[in-house]
Amino acid sequence: MADAAISAPATGTAPPRVEGGLIPAITSRLVIAIPYLWLLFFFLIPFFIVFKISLSQTAIAMPPYVPVVNGISDLFSKIGEFSLDNYIWLTDDPLYYRAYIRSVIIAGVATFLTLLIGYPIAYGMARAPTTIRPTLLMLVILPFWTSFLIRVYAWIGILKPEGLLNQFLMSLNIIDSPLIILNTDWAIYIGIVYSYLPFMVLPLYSSLEKMDYTLIEAANDLGCPPLSAFWKITFPLSLPGVVAGCMLVFIPAVGEFVIPDLLGGSETLMIGKTLWNEFNNNRDWPVSSAVAVILLLLLVVPIMIFQHYQAKAQEEGR
Amino acid sequence: MESLGSIRRSFAPWTDPNAKPYIVFDGVTKRFGDFTAVNNLSLSIFEREFFALLGASGCGKSTLLRMLAGFEEPTSGRILLDGQDLRGIPPYKRPVNMMFQSYALFPHMTVEQNIAFGLKQEGMAKDKIAERVAEMLKLVKLGQFAKRKPHQLSGGQRQRVALARSVAKRPKVLLLDEPLGALDKKLREETQFELMDLQQNLGLTFVVVTHDQEEAMTMADRIAILDKGEVMQVATPAEIYEAPGSRFVANFVGNVNMFEGKVKSRNADEVRIAGGSGAEILVHNAGDAETGKDVAFAIRPEKIKVSSKKPANGAGNAMEGEIYDIAYLGDMTVYHVRLPDGQVVKASALNAARVTEDPLSWNDRAWISFSPDAGVVLTR
Repeated sequence: MADAAISAPATGTAPPRVEGGLIPAITSRLVIAIPYLWLLFFFLIPFFIVFKISLSQTAIAMPPYVPVVNGISDLFSKIGEFSLDNYIWLTDDPLYYRAYIRSVIIAGVATFLTLLIGYPIAYGMARAPTTIRPTLLMLVILPFWTSFLIRVYAWIGILKPEGLLNQFLMSLNIIDSPLIILNTDWAIYIGIVYSYLPFMVLPLYSSLEKMDYTLIEAANDLGCPPLSAFWKITFPLSLPGVVAGCMLVFIPAVGEFVIPDLLGGSETLMIGKTLWNEFNNNRDWPVSSAVAVILLLLLVVPIMIFQHYQAKAQEEGR
Repeated sequence: MESLGSIRRSFAPWTDPNAKPYIVFDGVTKRFGDFTAVNNLSLSIFEREFFALLGASGCGKSTLLRMLAGFEEPTSGRILLDGQDLRGIPPYKRPVNMMFQSYALFPHMTVEQNIAFGLKQEGMAKDKIAERVAEMLKLVKLGQFAKRKPHQLSGGQRQRVALARSVAKRPKVLLLDEPLGALDKKLREETQFELMDLQQNLGLTFVVVTHDQEEAMTMADRIAILDKGEVMQVATPAEIYEAPGSRFVANFVGNVNMFEGKVKSRNADEVRIAGGSGAEILVHNAGDAETGKDVAFAIRPEKIKVSSKKPANGAGNAMEGEIYDIAYLGDMTVYHVRLPDGQVVKASALNAARVTEDPLSWNDRAWISFSPDAGVVLTR
């Protein structure tokens, strides 16, 4: 029996293997095809539409740009009417350039703050008794059961000069006059940290929970005090979680619109708000599309760098 | 019986009343909630000793080791190392190192970095560290694997890295938690001897936890048999095997035949035991067994001779029975002989010759015989 199984592939007359038969092969391809089709229809095609609009010119019409393309054949005949003018315009006006930079800085600072707060939470959860871990996990996910918009609105009530936070601090005589938090960058940071904390905690938790605690004991045993063992063992081993968590917070935070709009006040210059203004107030679809395409490139490049790094780490077998 | 201890080596500080023990467990108790893992345990271990803690899982042996390493504090009692009370000293300040059962190698560091980890903590100079790491790699024969990460090594290689890392700091005491547990049988046998050589060459005190009695017998100078958090017996492997102190120890280590009975008469050191079936057993060196006491006579299978005819020598013990089962193991054959009272006695015979002169078969009548000093009388 064993001999037959070994020699069969060599002779080239091997019957189809039972476990890898025809029907399972089709099924597995079908399973892979579903997400690809999803991405094709709901990401790639919309992206090309946006990209096409970004190459158009604004016009007072319906839709508010030219040329309007009807069908594939039409696309080729009108190809000469497309231009990169909108992208050149973006580099000319310092408004966009500053909005991009500020978005990245605000998202970066907020991501760092989220990491600072999220790490101890995830660590505490991973070290908690196994019986209460599901409960803790539930608590982290619980805020998602309320609408994101309502939760951000609620922060206005907390942060405004006569809001809950100031009333509380003044009743304790910690401050004499209300703190101005709403409509400052601090309110944006608070909003982002609050909203995106679960996205930081969950990947951190999963990488910390996997870690073998004996490694810390081994480090202690070799003369390494607990705090030092954290930086030499725990933190490096949780890096995949740190990177994943930071990506999950940073990427949506860069393009965030609701939080800066509601908490950051009207003067906040972030790319999400700029895009909104361009699209709704100026009705300039081509320029706002160009802003969106550049934003996407800005975010895709770091992700690709990250994935390259991760693939390399995986090759090493980590 | 006094000579048993010297079979292995002439190293025997525990026989010297003036020798000062190096590690002392003094009335140590450890409770986890309601569960008592270690119960009022006292034990002395000497410098340069290879000491094994042997017991089934849950007997408290690992807890004992973890208390020595500093990962657990005793609920009560003291642990002394070289005269110093270890209470309150954190693991990173104790002059002991541990080799973990799972090896606990740092996955993000190379073999070299793993071994250097403890030395860096000490603040040793860079060139000194490199020197020591090279020396350790040579010791465990892993020189060409220095730049590899743990996941690129085989189980046996990982075990040796763990060993190198734990001895790199030259600890006063090395603690080994099931050091060979994850290795296959052949590798385990080789590594046993490597460990013994290493201990001899470095002159360290080894405390090893194991559930494998063969491992403990091969490597250790002395073995402590633990059960339910208490020490049942501490002795050399030969004493444990040949002179177990209780029924538990006799049963736990190796194979044994037990005859329960009463002491019928005693003449100096010579005792006659009457078994349940009326058969009498004559024993020399009977210890403290007094007349009328319930005792057990324990004898190892290889000390019982099986023959088809009644042995001529009248001085020994002989009983007639029936061959109930035969297990041929290659190097020896184990006969299971059923006595008239139903007890089945195991007797093993070395297959020194390829053809035996006295072939025995299933259901044959057979005689078992043994000399008066072949077994021990157990009162506990």
